[in-house]
Amino acid sequence: MTTTTSQSPSDSTTGAVLAARSLVKSYGNSPALRGVSLSAARGDVLAITGPSGSGKSTLLLCLAGILSPDAGEVRFGGARIDTESEARRSALRRREFGVLFQFGQVVPELTAQENVALPLLLSGVRRREAMTAARSWLDRFGVADLAKQRPPQMSGGQAQRVAVARAMVTEPEVLFADEPTGALDSLAGEQVLGQLMRVARDGGTTVLLVTHDAKVAAYADREIVIRDGMVDGDAEDAGRPTTSVGQHRIHR
Amino acid sequence: MSAGHALLGLLAEGERHGYDLRRQYQRRFPAAKPLAAAQIYATLDRLLRDGLVVAGATERVGGPDRTIFTVTAQGRAELQRWLSQVEVPSEYVANLLSMKVILALLVADDGAAADFLRRQREAHLARMREHTRVKSDPGADLLRVVAADYALNHLDADLRWIDATLQRVTQLAKEIRP
Repeated sequence: MTTTTSQSPSDSTTGAVLAARSLVKSYGNSPALRGVSLSAARGDVLAITGPSGSGKSTLLLCLAGILSPDAGEVRFGGARIDTESEARRSALRRREFGVLFQFGQVVPELTAQENVALPLLLSGVRRREAMTAARSWLDRFGVADLAKQRPPQMSGGQAQRVAVARAMVTEPEVLFADEPTGALDSLAGEQVLGQLMRVARDGGTTVLLVTHDAKVAAYADREIVIRDGMVDGDAEDAGRPTTSVGQHRIHR
Repeated sequence: MSAGHALLGLLAEGERHGYDLRRQYQRRFPAAKPLAAAQIYATLDRLLRDGLVVAGATERVGGPDRTIFTVTAQGRAELQRWLSQVEVPSEYVANLLSMKVILALLVADDGAAADFLRRQREAHLARMREHTRVKSDPGADLLRVVAADYALNHLDADLRWIDATLQRVTQLAKEIRP
């Protein structure tokens, strides 16, 4: 732990940086989340896995404050964020969160260095400073030589490294990653993921990693499995059988 | 796994005594179960009998006598033959996990089978984390990475089977005990 521990936004009562309680979210008539609770402590690397359509990506979007849940709450450092205005959540995302998604997040018109500097520029850092920081983050992910290139000139793996550098440039408290290496062949993907995890762990960043791939989940310290919009195993705790023999037999 | 051919291969790299062979085996196959000393010597005896290796000088460095083993021309030929031979994918898969699920459905119910599968998933993932830690160590050499990848891919195959079976366990229960 570094000296920042005292300023870290952990909830003083639970020690959680990020916590969700009973999240419910539907798209029209189809429920995506049906009461999900979880919490992550500072520096936790947590994999969120589950079959496709299980609600894991929706969960990540709610936790990152990009989507508003229909019910339940999301807390960052003990304070609710789901009830904040979009403007305030957006400011929070710029300041405290890093986001990394599978597809299309680098701006094709900007150079690699400008792409990485972008989150800093948006939060008011001066250009010269932002560009210097961007350069050093490109260097950490082994793509400093691409600084002046634009994404269309890069390979998928190179663009992904730029996206990773951009997600980490603000040294976020929490990194949200949804299938971060899903668009790559496995060897390149593994290299990026391995580097990202080292950087995140060194900096004490909390990581929430959505993936369908157990080999990616194995980079995390623990795993939460989402099935049918619920944390697998939670339903049993609530006294409801997960694989209900009776229920399924009725349908036949 | 043929311990005989593994030792033959390590001896083809250079003559060694039994103790040294054992260490080299661990170095070259970091993810494999280490060979017991008794197994090494029993295997060497068999290779000697078949004329694939010969025993040479005996060394004594402080400890017990150590016999140096050298691979013969016949041994090299056998090694070449074995290395170029494609392994037949096994016809039968005796999978303990799948057997346990079927037996759990026979003597208990789908809840018991699902509970087993969930706990097995956790155990598999815990082992996968260990291998991932080994291979993500910045100092890990490629030999270790490759060995860890082999283990990871096999565990991952089990895990995908576990997930698929979890989704079908209720249906499977009905088929096994209608």
